[in-house]
Amino acid sequence: MIDAHRQAFKEEAYELLSELESSLLELEERPDDADLIGRVFRAMHTIKGSGSMFGFDDIAKFTHEVETTFDMVRNGKLQVTTTLVNLTLSARDQIKSMLDDADGAGGGDQAASGRIIAGLRALTASVAPVSAPALVQPVQDQAGVSVTYRIRFAPASDTFSCGSNPLNLLAELRDLGTCTVVAQTEALPALEEMEPELCYVCWEVILTTDQGLNAIRDVFIFVEDDCELKIDLVARHDGSSSQEGYKKLGEILLERGDISAEEMKEVLAQQKRFGELAVTHGVTTENKVESALAEQRHVQAVRQEKQNAEVGNSIRVPAERLDVLVNLVGELVTVQARLSQTAAGRADAELAAIAEEVERLTGELRDSALNIRMLPIGSTFSKFKRLVRDLSCELGKEIEMTTDGAETELDKTVIEKLNDPLVHLIRNSIDHGVELPEVRVAAGKPRFGTVHLSAVHSGDSVLITIKDDGAGLDKEAIRAKAIERGIITAAAELSEKELFALIFAPGFSTAKKVSSVSGRGVGMDVVKRAIDQLRGTIEIASVHGEGTRIMVRIPLTLAIIESLLVRIGRDFFMLPLSLVDECVELTREDVARAHGHNLASVRDHLVPYIPLRERFLIKGEHPDIEQIVITEVNGARVGFVVDQVIGEHQTVIKSLGRAYRNVEGISGATILGDGSVALILDVPKLVQSVEAEAA
Amino acid sequence: MAKVIMTADDSASVRQMVSFTLKQGGYEVVEAVDGKDALQKLAGLKVDMLITDLNMPNLDGIGLIKGARALVSCKFIPIIMLTTESQDSRKQEGKAAGATGWIVKPFKPEQLMAVVKKVLG
Repeated sequence: MIDAHRQAFKEEAYELLSELESSLLELEERPDDADLIGRVFRAMHTIKGSGSMFGFDDIAKFTHEVETTFDMVRNGKLQVTTTLVNLTLSARDQIKSMLDDADGAGGGDQAASGRIIAGLRALTASVAPVSAPALVQPVQDQAGVSVTYRIRFAPASDTFSCGSNPLNLLAELRDLGTCTVVAQTEALPALEEMEPELCYVCWEVILTTDQGLNAIRDVFIFVEDDCELKIDLVARHDGSSSQEGYKKLGEILLERGDISAEEMKEVLAQQKRFGELAVTHGVTTENKVESALAEQRHVQAVRQEKQNAEVGNSIRVPAERLDVLVNLVGELVTVQARLSQTAAGRADAELAAIAEEVERLTGELRDSALNIRMLPIGSTFSKFKRLVRDLSCELGKEIEMTTDGAETELDKTVIEKLNDPLVHLIRNSIDHGVELPEVRVAAGKPRFGTVHLSAVHSGDSVLITIKDDGAGLDKEAIRAKAIERGIITAAAELSEKELFALIFAPGFSTAKKVSSVSGRGVGMDVVKRAIDQLRGTIEIASVHGEGTRIMVRIPLTLAIIESLLVRIGRDFFMLPLSLVDECVELTREDVARAHGHNLASVRDHLVPYIPLRERFLIKGEHPDIEQIVITEVNGARVGFVVDQVIGEHQTVIKSLGRAYRNVEGISGATILGDGSVALILDVPKLVQSVEAEAA
Repeated sequence: MAKVIMTADDSASVRQMVSFTLKQGGYEVVEAVDGKDALQKLAGLKVDMLITDLNMPNLDGIGLIKGARALVSCKFIPIIMLTTESQDSRKQEGKAAGATGWIVKPFKPEQLMAVVKKVLG
């Protein structure tokens, strides 16, 4: 039944549209022809009216805009110009495509609609606005922004006999947002004089809503001609006015016109609470003061809530200044550590207390200094949406991108450095991962591929996951390619993790065809290097035919490192804690059993290790029992032999300076509590160079 | 107890649509085919709301509104008129006669329900 109506409407609308086109073309030649203008208007009017009746809401809404414009033309308020005709023609095409589109219930290209409407509005805006009933002050109406309004509503005294119930209207206002209602009952006469069928009460409503002014006016649509209605903007909660203090009660009363400036001054001359004074002086009534107080409280409450809710206003500061601050804090942390150590060495209770206090304060200072540099990762995410859209168009794939955790915060530098690798990974997912629509359908998957990007805090790091529901990695193809490229030997037995990690080897590419998007084989090793530089790790999980998940783990900040402090001879070193798996002992017997190979047996698994004492040519004797710090690098376990494991250490990183920039295997240094220097090991680099020497 | 709403319209299809929508919304509906029929029915019946077309034979909407307001039982009930946009002067006339509000034709069931909720609370 409904479908039959809809079909009839569509046919009618198509007819009207073709008529509209010819009318418009004629109109261009004879712009003053009132008959033609009338015809265009009527066509739009019918499409809008019937469209809304049969559920073509988007068409009705869109056509309404065009109709409004032509109403102005009809009333001689707007001239027919080529621009107008062009816009209307494209509007006509837009309506047609909206009709064509599925059932017409889908909105067609929303962006195109928006452009046309914006164009039409620009035309009509140049004309003086139609004199609408000036009930309302011209306050900016921006739905979406939370705004507090003061609404004074005095219904006509005979409002009940029109069948309206003001309480229903107040209830409707309550539905719009946070609402404070104060009834003004001063006009109530004594009981014997009261006419029960008349309305004596008026209301003052303080309403905070993000629905915009029009929503408020809509509430009063049936009564606005007969009532007194005044809507004033009291405060905007978009941050622009939060610098202002709260309005004083006197200011509110003055602004409302309840008292005059003179009256206010006079009252202020006395030093009592303003509200009481204003009442005792008879310049206003208790009721009005109560109402103004309610407004003040309302705005305070809303602001407070707003401020609690958001991180708030910002000051723009050059990034270098923050770097300087963080550096200074780093120095301070070092000095503080020395102070603590010195204090611990002396039996001076007062010194110890001071040192403790300094330690606490320094810790807080360090945390807040680092926090300043934190930014939400969301801005990067939105850029990727565009990338996905463009790439999938280019490749003829249908891909939707979803994101999660855009509010996750990371150090600014980290976010910047993360951009390129993430772009690469997403490109890879789109190019190699998600299949062409036909292939997907044939495999019984939804036509639309999905790439999901998420960020989540986990401990001292942020875990960024890129997940696609594409073809997944082909283990055999990776293996074959790695053998072909000489990255592994044919006999190599690799775990799934190790196999996937091969993708990050330099010069590896499994794409059968090089496309413009990715696949030159320079990608993944670059990604890997970038992530390494951020002291992050990257891992791949994939199920053939079902999709791939790439997990990138990045430390929150580059300025501070959680590390494991170790000692070799009299020298101190640090290993990034994120890479450390476990620590085991290495005895002389273990070494002897390995027959000269640097291999340790840990729970029946052989783990290769690097004896750091030899590597760094540190003189002196091995202790009888050494320690192996086992790390996980590129999916493989590698141990580092040291004399002693001292423990976890959080430290501020210092770069080695230009003179040492070519030193391999050391990524930085830090100063320990006693003033000695500890070098921070670049674990992946060390492993790489040892492997290179062995090969 | 369900509230009772009267719909007065000479167009059977509009009456049917209004009636159907209101019943779905849980209201009881009384139908009237024109103003005269409506007034006759209102004389012996208490309704909570009246929805009336403006152009009707025998007695038009304006006449019906005036007549209804004269009845004690209908003095304070919401009365909604169905108008078209081009009938702004008629709208004013209706308001002067005592209509509470209006619904612009064409309208959809949701719009009807929104207005009913608005005036009935």
